[in-house]
Amino acid sequence: MKLALKELRRRPGRFATATVILTLIAILLMFLGGLLDGLIASSTGAIRAQDADAIVYSDTAQASFVRSRIDPELRAQVEAVDGVTEVGGIGNVQLGARVPGNGPRDLASVALFGYELAPTGVPDAPAYGQAWADETIKASGVEEGMIIEVGPARSPIEIIGFVEDTNFNGQSSLWASPDTWRDVLSANRPDAQLGPDVFQALIVRGDGANLPDAIDAATAGATDSYTVDEAVAAIPGVTEQQNTFNQIIGVTVVIALVVIGLFFALLTVERTSLYGVLKALGAKSSTIFAGLVAQAVVVTAIAALIAGTLVVILDLVLPAGSIPLLITPGRIILSVLLLLVAAVLGCSFSLRRVLRIDPASAIGTTS
Amino acid sequence: MNTASSSPSSPSSTSGTTLTTALEMSAVRKVYTMGDGSEVVALDHATLTLASDEMVALVGPSGSGKTTLCSIAGGILSATEGRIVVGGEDISGHSAKELTKFRQNKVGFVFQSVNLVPFLNARENLLVVDELGKRTGAPARARADQLLEELGLADRAKNLPSQLSGGQRQRVAIGRALMNDPSLVLFDEPTSALDTKLGEQVMELIRNEMKSRGRAAIVVTHDERITHYCDRSVHIVDGRLEA
Repeated sequence: MKLALKELRRRPGRFATATVILTLIAILLMFLGGLLDGLIASSTGAIRAQDADAIVYSDTAQASFVRSRIDPELRAQVEAVDGVTEVGGIGNVQLGARVPGNGPRDLASVALFGYELAPTGVPDAPAYGQAWADETIKASGVEEGMIIEVGPARSPIEIIGFVEDTNFNGQSSLWASPDTWRDVLSANRPDAQLGPDVFQALIVRGDGANLPDAIDAATAGATDSYTVDEAVAAIPGVTEQQNTFNQIIGVTVVIALVVIGLFFALLTVERTSLYGVLKALGAKSSTIFAGLVAQAVVVTAIAALIAGTLVVILDLVLPAGSIPLLITPGRIILSVLLLLVAAVLGCSFSLRRVLRIDPASAIGTTS
Repeated sequence: MNTASSSPSSPSSTSGTTLTTALEMSAVRKVYTMGDGSEVVALDHATLTLASDEMVALVGPSGSGKTTLCSIAGGILSATEGRIVVGGEDISGHSAKELTKFRQNKVGFVFQSVNLVPFLNARENLLVVDELGKRTGAPARARADQLLEELGLADRAKNLPSQLSGGQRQRVAIGRALMNDPSLVLFDEPTSALDTKLGEQVMELIRNEMKSRGRAAIVVTHDERITHYCDRSVHIVDGRLEA
């Protein structure tokens, strides 16, 4: 292994091609992962932020706020379930917002929530006509104290402060009182307006095992309840996005594996005579193969380090909100681990060739 | 008579502290089975004994079995039948793993085209032997320095093979072969790539190094002109040894 690492140090040019290709693949892998994380984060923040043991929709809603209705009678049934300690209504409407100083067609996409129980990181519901806004709305020029006009009815909403990581369906969220939300909904989506005390969903806190199932049982199937994680996954489009990106990431890892495999297979062919000599001198096949793996791991680690640095720089220089890119240490570490696994597996293509190199080939040959 | 060669020495003693024979090969055969089921006898009942400080030239044309004999004596190939004892160790029944360990400890090789590791300097090329084998560290480094000194390469220790002359590379290869203090050193056509003058210089060097260290050596060659540097010559034709 020492021998293999010395070769890397003394002949870096030999490994430059593989390093450059792997760096590009690593950048692609990390960038794709960052996009996936960014997309998912911007689609699910409002649900992830809920401090809930169950999120309750009506039975045919399929975890969609727009399709869900919870009237006071159904809410009372939920409140009566054993183990339920707190229940708060929640509703949502997605609209375009006019921002002072922006052109009339330059709308900011917002998802306005009316809520009774505050999500994590969001203060209690503000006064009528006011809202907390996700900080991503700043990219549209919104500032604290500004009044924006929401929807075709131009419902005024005063932004009184900002919260983090609460976006929904890729839109900046606004957190308002239930009355504000209900009035904005009525004014801008008359077809979807709701009566007093009617919500789209319920945020339920409590104890006891498997609260969502207990709630659905107590309402005789009139509700469709989820844990927060389940509700996140059930948001329409989230699972599809994850599957699509994960498949692209998987293909990228396979490409990395093939590149590493081919490169080290070629190196092994080129070194057949040297390996024959080393075997004649007493090198075990395992020692030679370990050296090959060490080289692949080091080349991959260097490529991943360069790629990681470049992706972090890219994340810093990209204007906030321009693309949904979220670069996290976890994603970079996962990408590096995937590449390292690909490196080891790629090298294994050469194992048989290394095992088959005959030390006798070193004797009686001129090269 | 299909076996030949004799030795002035007595058989080896594995129990004593001194060994009088470096190599004993008795009735060694090597048969290759070809794809069509036919058999090719590469070595036919070869018997050869080398004293512990004896230098033997193994002479024969291409395809005569020189390489096979050399490979079997060096533990690179296993014999089909017969007994092989090197430095007191009977390797006739050794597994591939045992042969690997044997090569690490008991034999030295100098290959036809020298075959130094191109990205290692002269000193590191010697230390490769320790790295692949016992990994003794400091003693190995001291031995490498001593060998380079004795071979007149002390000032070339940090040079890569590409920065050395042909003769210097040959000396590094000899140093590498001696790193594990072998019982037997095998030289595979050491002069084949050299002109007559350099070939003679290299043979002179090999003889001096082997004799000064009291090491046994087999020099595989097809060049009769260099055999006088050895204590005796053994000819091989069609896998059979002739004295």
